[in-house]
Amino acid sequence: MNLSFSEEDLKFQDEVRSFIAENYPADIKNKMDNGIPVSKDDIQTWQRILSKKGWFAVNWPEEYGGTGWSITQKHIFQNELADANTPTLVPFGVSMCGPVVYTFGTQEQKDRFLPGIINNDVWWCQGYSEPGSGSDLASLKTKAVKDGDHYIVNGTKTWTTMAQHADWIFCLVRTETTDIKQQGISFLLIDMKTPGVEVKPIITIDGSHEVNMVYLDNVKVPVENLIGEEGAGWNIAKFLLAHERTGIGGIPALKREIRRLREITSELPLGEGFLKDDELFMDKLNKLEIDLLAAEYSELRTLAAMSKGGHPGPESSILKIKGTDLQQGLSDLFVEALGYYAHPFMSEDDLISNEGRIGPDFAANVMPHYLNYRKVSIYGGSNEIQRNVIAKAVLGI
Amino acid sequence: MDFSLSEEQLLLKDSITTFVDKDYLFDVRQKNIKTELGFSSDFWKTFADLGWLGMPFSEADGGYNGGPIDLMVIMESLGRGLVVEPYIPNVVLAGGLVSRLGSEEQKKELLPKIISGEIQMSVAFSEPQSRFDLNDVITSAKKEGDSYILDGYKSVVMNGPSSNNTIVVARTSGNQLDKEGLSLFIVDPSLKGVSLRNYSNVDGSKASEITLENVSTPASSLLGNEGDAFSALEEVIDLATLAISAEAVGIMEKMNEITLEYTKTREQFGETLSSFQALQHRMVDTFMAYEQTKSLLLMCAAKLTDKSDDAKKAVSALKYQVGIAAKHVGEESVQLHGGMGVTDETNIGHYFKRLTTIRAIFGNTDYHLKRYSAL
Repeated sequence: MNLSFSEEDLKFQDEVRSFIAENYPADIKNKMDNGIPVSKDDIQTWQRILSKKGWFAVNWPEEYGGTGWSITQKHIFQNELADANTPTLVPFGVSMCGPVVYTFGTQEQKDRFLPGIINNDVWWCQGYSEPGSGSDLASLKTKAVKDGDHYIVNGTKTWTTMAQHADWIFCLVRTETTDIKQQGISFLLIDMKTPGVEVKPIITIDGSHEVNMVYLDNVKVPVENLIGEEGAGWNIAKFLLAHERTGIGGIPALKREIRRLREITSELPLGEGFLKDDELFMDKLNKLEIDLLAAEYSELRTLAAMSKGGHPGPESSILKIKGTDLQQGLSDLFVEALGYYAHPFMSEDDLISNEGRIGPDFAANVMPHYLNYRKVSIYGGSNEIQRNVIAKAVLGI
Repeated sequence: MDFSLSEEQLLLKDSITTFVDKDYLFDVRQKNIKTELGFSSDFWKTFADLGWLGMPFSEADGGYNGGPIDLMVIMESLGRGLVVEPYIPNVVLAGGLVSRLGSEEQKKELLPKIISGEIQMSVAFSEPQSRFDLNDVITSAKKEGDSYILDGYKSVVMNGPSSNNTIVVARTSGNQLDKEGLSLFIVDPSLKGVSLRNYSNVDGSKASEITLENVSTPASSLLGNEGDAFSALEEVIDLATLAISAEAVGIMEKMNEITLEYTKTREQFGETLSSFQALQHRMVDTFMAYEQTKSLLLMCAAKLTDKSDDAKKAVSALKYQVGIAAKHVGEESVQLHGGMGVTDETNIGHYFKRLTTIRAIFGNTDYHLKRYSAL
């Protein structure tokens, strides 16, 4: 057992740190540090910078443009990205569609879709959930009926994150109605510009536009956009659920955020002193920090097991539950730290107006973040579904 | 980054697991804890023969040069078997202090006998008012000629009843809460003025209340330099905290297994308990509590091995987490057993009792959260 970084690892850490310091655009950094929402352009700019360096599709096999890094190096890389408060990489192309295409796709499909993902020219979104299919994903009803060399797709997808920016959507569709609902599902790639695709925003309780409804009305999709066999979609969905999910806990970002909160406790006045003098508040902060440490080492254990050929199956469910508990817990502590100043609602215009903000500078996005983060225990398989997965796969019940 | 155990550590784990599964049977344990000694001297001999008692000592002292990770492996496996034999008081606490502070003569006199299992030792560090603060010591020692005169009271001394050599923490100078001025004495319990009130703890282990009244102990019984014991004592208690945390992790792992097995066989409403989702989710939560604690255990063992700057902080993070998880896993295991969980004949309740005492040993969650915050 040896948990310390080698000389080589430390050198790698320096390399990553200086690359970020030299290449992270100041205007994007300014937005991130001041709680101003970043645009699609900002994210794309940053992802292209990483891509040009060969550091974007970190987890892909080297033959498709991956890095070939060790587990420790990947861990260091994620930590450094989070430390520097860079925009979260959008997972739909690089972490979801890409791995499906290189694992299940034909050579032709790989040649067609992978370059757009790795170069950030094509943006993807995920068409899984439907109005009638939330946790019970396999009950999905969107139909794809074969008509010559096309599928005709009809149905509605919901909670589609970033659909308003996406060029393509990967969808689970029903190609056959069978007794067992997991059968007859297929994995289909659809160009968002195809006639019959319509996107309508869903505004969430924090006032933001992240998610959408996607209506599919007689959408004509060429059969060559089917990934894998017809009817094999559920297996691909399961593969995706277990694939690259160790990052779902968001541990590196949590480490940065908790450090920030600790700084804030020395800045926020309380009586004649500062918030850090409030023992009850500091207790909560310290407890959360210990929980985070446990989650971090749980993630490292999983990564280490994977590097020896293990499978990140049910462990990713544990990380999802613990990570999202922590994300919600920390977002709540930020709200508590602010007291009344968590309440003013600041629009995007307010954030950059000359009048200045109301309350402490960082206050503006604290409550929206808390509200927005109610989602994390719901999406990606709700935490109750994750418990079902662990009960079945780990406890054998 | 590598979490795996070495070949030797795997063998060690295997050897203890085999012993626990084959020889350390529940009803044998229950009989042993009801004897006056409170444990099996035959088993203790086995521990010595298999080299477990010599693990943490240097080769020069007759040991095997084991580190914190070896200690973790031993205690996790002993925990799974609910082993009551006093490994921590003898090997980790007393052995740890003697090997760190002892003169050549003291080491030669005591360490081979600890390793061979010939003697029993204990460390009397707590007092009624001190709770978990190692520096809070009223018991006094005053030098008089070639002797020290000890006066005071030591509480809940683990393995006190069997101990032939009790290391007493006493104050040779300073005020009650000072870290400076603490000294250690290896006291023969048969000395005039030493009186013991011996008893069993709820977890089956034995302990003593020790009164020291005008006890004259020879100056040669001083262990280490006068007034300078605190840092070694703290270091040894930190290592013992890792050890008892490992024991707790072993216990929790075992309790989760026992409980899961029980719910798979027990039927109500025509179905096994394990088929009820309300219970499944609770078992997932106790499983996660175990996993989270195990992660911090590994982290802490590695940091103690590396002598990291933040090793003390890691110890407190670990023991805090152990306290939280022990309460959660312990209480849930009993609840999921229904009425059987509260009977004396079922093993789960005995695991629960040990897990419950561990919550306080070497500091409870409040103590370690405060220490974590202050470090």
